[in-house]
Amino acid sequence: MSHKESLFSSKNLKLLRDPLGANNPITVQVLGICSALAVTVKLEPSIVMALSVTAVTALSNVVISLLRSYIPPRIRIIVQLTVIAAMVILVDQALKAYAYDVSKQLSVFVGLIITNCIIMGRLEAFALGNKPWPSFLDGVGNGAGYGMTLVIVAFFRELLGSGTLFGYPVLEKIGLYKTGYENNGLMILPPMALVTVGIIIWIQRSKNSGLQESH
Amino acid sequence: MKNFSNTYIFIFSAVMVVLVAALLSFVAMQLKPVQEINIRVETMQNILHSVHVQSTTRNAEELFHQYVTDSYVINPAGERLEGEQAIEVDLKKEVAKMDRIKNLKAQVQEQRVSPFKAFIGRIFTPKQVDQQAVNEDIQQTLSDRKLPVYVVQKDNKSYYVFPLRGKGLWGPVWGFISLEEDMNTVYGAVFDHKTETPGLGAEISQDWFSEPFQGKKIVRDNTFTSIEVVKGGTDASNPYGVDAISGGTITSKGVQAMLYDCLNSYQTFFEQHRN
Repeated sequence: MSHKESLFSSKNLKLLRDPLGANNPITVQVLGICSALAVTVKLEPSIVMALSVTAVTALSNVVISLLRSYIPPRIRIIVQLTVIAAMVILVDQALKAYAYDVSKQLSVFVGLIITNCIIMGRLEAFALGNKPWPSFLDGVGNGAGYGMTLVIVAFFRELLGSGTLFGYPVLEKIGLYKTGYENNGLMILPPMALVTVGIIIWIQRSKNSGLQESH
Repeated sequence: MKNFSNTYIFIFSAVMVVLVAALLSFVAMQLKPVQEINIRVETMQNILHSVHVQSTTRNAEELFHQYVTDSYVINPAGERLEGEQAIEVDLKKEVAKMDRIKNLKAQVQEQRVSPFKAFIGRIFTPKQVDQQAVNEDIQQTLSDRKLPVYVVQKDNKSYYVFPLRGKGLWGPVWGFISLEEDMNTVYGAVFDHKTETPGLGAEISQDWFSEPFQGKKIVRDNTFTSIEVVKGGTDASNPYGVDAISGGTITSKGVQAMLYDCLNSYQTFFEQHRN
């Protein structure tokens, strides 16, 4: 292409917007479910997890995109894994140094970002064939789409399961317990994360008829 | 798609691996001091928790200096080692020393208890266990041991806090236990782990597991028995045992072994302080 495309052209913005809605990694592509169940008991770890995944996706997308014409196709999966693993270790080390409590809560799940299929999927499907800037936007978009779902799920799980938001006892302050209300212990357990994700998918599909499968 | 030669592929992979390794080691070294401070603060929080003092990462250091009035390192003979900092003792090495002593003792005992096995061993393996050398080795390792002790003053009473470290199912488990001045009654305990199974073995870090330790006795009829972690549960009035975790048998057993081994090393110290 001879003409220079503007940084935030409609095509590029679409890369950012799509994963937030019609092409959401969790609710539409149904990727990254495992970590969505594991870290969404509380809001704080979910947000850290969302940021970590966004950082890893965006950065590895850029690196792979920069290297795309030098990576021998025969070992491209190994190269992708190496890049992702390096990014994840960087994030893990940074969390251990600057957010130790959260890093302890997330424990193995930070390391398991490596196996999050969203990241490898984006590298394979997008970064290998596109320029660095669109790849960066694609990574940020997909990370944000993943993170958004995570935060929504965590919001309901923490509020209904523990009666708190970011550890602040919301329900106690508004005096709900005096009326006989009790926290729903089931919300803390992984199955309810799946149900919550299911409800989000349901709402999303009932609003967006393009996502409904025809039977 | 371009065609890459094999040589190119090998060089590409080699360069990539070296670059990534260099980058990661550089970052790890840069962040290490900050991470070590975090671990130190966590240790202080755990020690405080074992004497029922709640702290946050911000006030841990201050509270630690307020409550922990003395800390020192002793050897198994109960003598103080000068120039050692309790909080800086590498417990990983101490576990390795305990394992070494156990292995050496097993070697000596094998020759004693089973003459048949020793006989067979003499025919097939020319190398004989030199009992004297093994015993010297045991003594050497024992004298090498460093046992940290923290003394806590709280509500005009003294408590002694001892670090614990052992093996769980997937990785290390550790903790702190505090004893009252009689060196028998447990005042509090706290446990943590690196990679135990969430919901099963990982429950050792929860209060429901560690709270029942309070009031338990480590000495029964004048002999050290430590505290049993009972599979299938035990009555709360049992002064020598606590409930194990269903589905976390190996972690529970690891905690039991850790309590026995680590406290056992302090026998002489306990004796000195009981009298």
